[in-house]
Amino acid sequence: MADTTMEIKKKRKSLNKNMKNSMGEFVIEKVIFVLGMTSIAIIALIFLFLFRTGIRLFDDIALKDFLFGEFWFPISVNSQYGILPLVAGSVMVTLGAVFISVPLGIGSAIFIAEVAPPKTKTVLKVIIEFLSAIPSVVLGFLGIVILSSWVRVTFNISSGFTILTGSILVSFMALPTIISISDDALNALPKEYREASLALGATRWETILYALVPAASSGIIAAVMLGIGRAVGETMTVMMVTGNAAQIPGSFLVSGRTMTATIAAEMGDTVRNGTHYHALFAVGIVLLAMTSFINLIADFVLSRAKKEGR
Amino acid sequence: MNKKTQERIAFSILTFTAMLVVIPTLLIIGYIFVKGIGMINWEFLTAMPRKGMTEGGIYPAIIGTLYLVLGTVLFALPLGIGSAIYLTEYAKQGILSRLIRLAILNLAGVPSVVYGLFGLGLFVLFLGFGSSILAGSLTLACLILPIVITASEEALKSVPQSYREASLALGATKWQTIQKVVLPHATPGITTGAILGIGRAAGETAPILLTVAAFFLPRLPKSFFDQAMVLPYHLYIISTQVPNMPEEIKYGTALVLLGIVGVFFMIATTIRIKFKMDNRA
Repeated sequence: MADTTMEIKKKRKSLNKNMKNSMGEFVIEKVIFVLGMTSIAIIALIFLFLFRTGIRLFDDIALKDFLFGEFWFPISVNSQYGILPLVAGSVMVTLGAVFISVPLGIGSAIFIAEVAPPKTKTVLKVIIEFLSAIPSVVLGFLGIVILSSWVRVTFNISSGFTILTGSILVSFMALPTIISISDDALNALPKEYREASLALGATRWETILYALVPAASSGIIAAVMLGIGRAVGETMTVMMVTGNAAQIPGSFLVSGRTMTATIAAEMGDTVRNGTHYHALFAVGIVLLAMTSFINLIADFVLSRAKKEGR
Repeated sequence: MNKKTQERIAFSILTFTAMLVVIPTLLIIGYIFVKGIGMINWEFLTAMPRKGMTEGGIYPAIIGTLYLVLGTVLFALPLGIGSAIYLTEYAKQGILSRLIRLAILNLAGVPSVVYGLFGLGLFVLFLGFGSSILAGSLTLACLILPIVITASEEALKSVPQSYREASLALGATKWQTIQKVVLPHATPGITTGAILGIGRAAGETAPILLTVAAFFLPRLPKSFFDQAMVLPYHLYIISTQVPNMPEEIKYGTALVLLGIVGVFFMIATTIRIKFKMDNRA
């Protein structure tokens, strides 16, 4: 008798334990679900808080004057908030950076993925990853003390704080992105591509040029797009070396000011909830729209590449 | 031109492009090291700045950075690892998980200064945290979240499915399996991601410019609601805003910052390489 009561008790206990377990599981699953939603929540909050504040600029300024205005004079008596010079500054810096970083980046990626011996490959990859870890303000500092005087002397101009100086530094910030994603794209190619081409008597270079790079082209394009996204969003280095004159730059050798630098440099001087403050948030909206667009295209190209690979 | 010569020329050009990336990187590191190492001494690291920062040390900026990074990790790790667990262990393939991935991708592409605006709008003003370590940590946590999630997800995915099946077959519940079997195996990968995130957070300037940083505050922060001096912002200030700043202090500060980021990077890289070798063996 005593034995059976014991057993019943035991069973009840384990039943209870099961109940507790499944309750616990239920709670944990819900918690994990909520955590899983964080990214969506944050991106939504970013858009919400930028729009909430930025939109109020248009109580004071017409949308047309903001988007197509050619003058950014936020603190003069007749203040003007035309974003064109800032967009032009960002576009020029990015364009210059693309000219430098795309050939260098794709070349390096091919070298790392296809040409370099394994040991060299590992070392190069670590160095390039470290490049991406160098704080932008350190690069900006070196830009001020070294690169700007080099640019000034080389091009024989009065000031070395130019769009070009910014482009060179920003290209180094975009390079790790371009290299590592292109390298991934080349590594993801099936071994057969390489073997088939070599078996047909092509040299390694011909294989790279006619078989591998075309096959990895979607991945490489995505890499370039993501690199451009980085370049557009870079803040500190450009703020420190491009001279920050809010003008539509006519060449790479004049001073210019990007959208990012404008936000970072001017936010400290604004009155909370003044027109200038709202204008900087509106610049943020334009910046966010540009980078989101670029990233979405990159994602689209990448996911298409993945489907093709299958 | 014969094919071999063609190939040799092409490979030389490729080697050259790679060198054009790698050599400047090494030069940057080497130059900062050589110019800054003379400044590194006990006083520089542990003294308050004096005379408008042109003398003394950078102690409060170092401490401020450490507080900020600590706060960032406290927020980013649970959120990031939780998100990764949801994506790999619980989520079904469908619109929702596609949306989450799109959100993560977008977060990774948001410019750092936009995070600054967001942090200013939400944490500093709307939630009323003011310019504080708390507001800065939360902002930086959002910024490094994609790094933590992506690394954790990859680590979780690399745990073989058979481990999970074995644990479930022994009667363990799903959470017990994740907690006792999956997570321990994914720890090195998750740690790597966390450390890379920390390195990133320690070096960011634009977001903290709008949410934490004090121009000059020669004392230590008292709490998480306090403003603080932070290294990257300090370097920005002394290299652009302070006239007659002695060169060696600038280089010294740059070296300390690069050193902190570099140490985190080295640890992460070592763990990753070791982990890869262990997995292969």
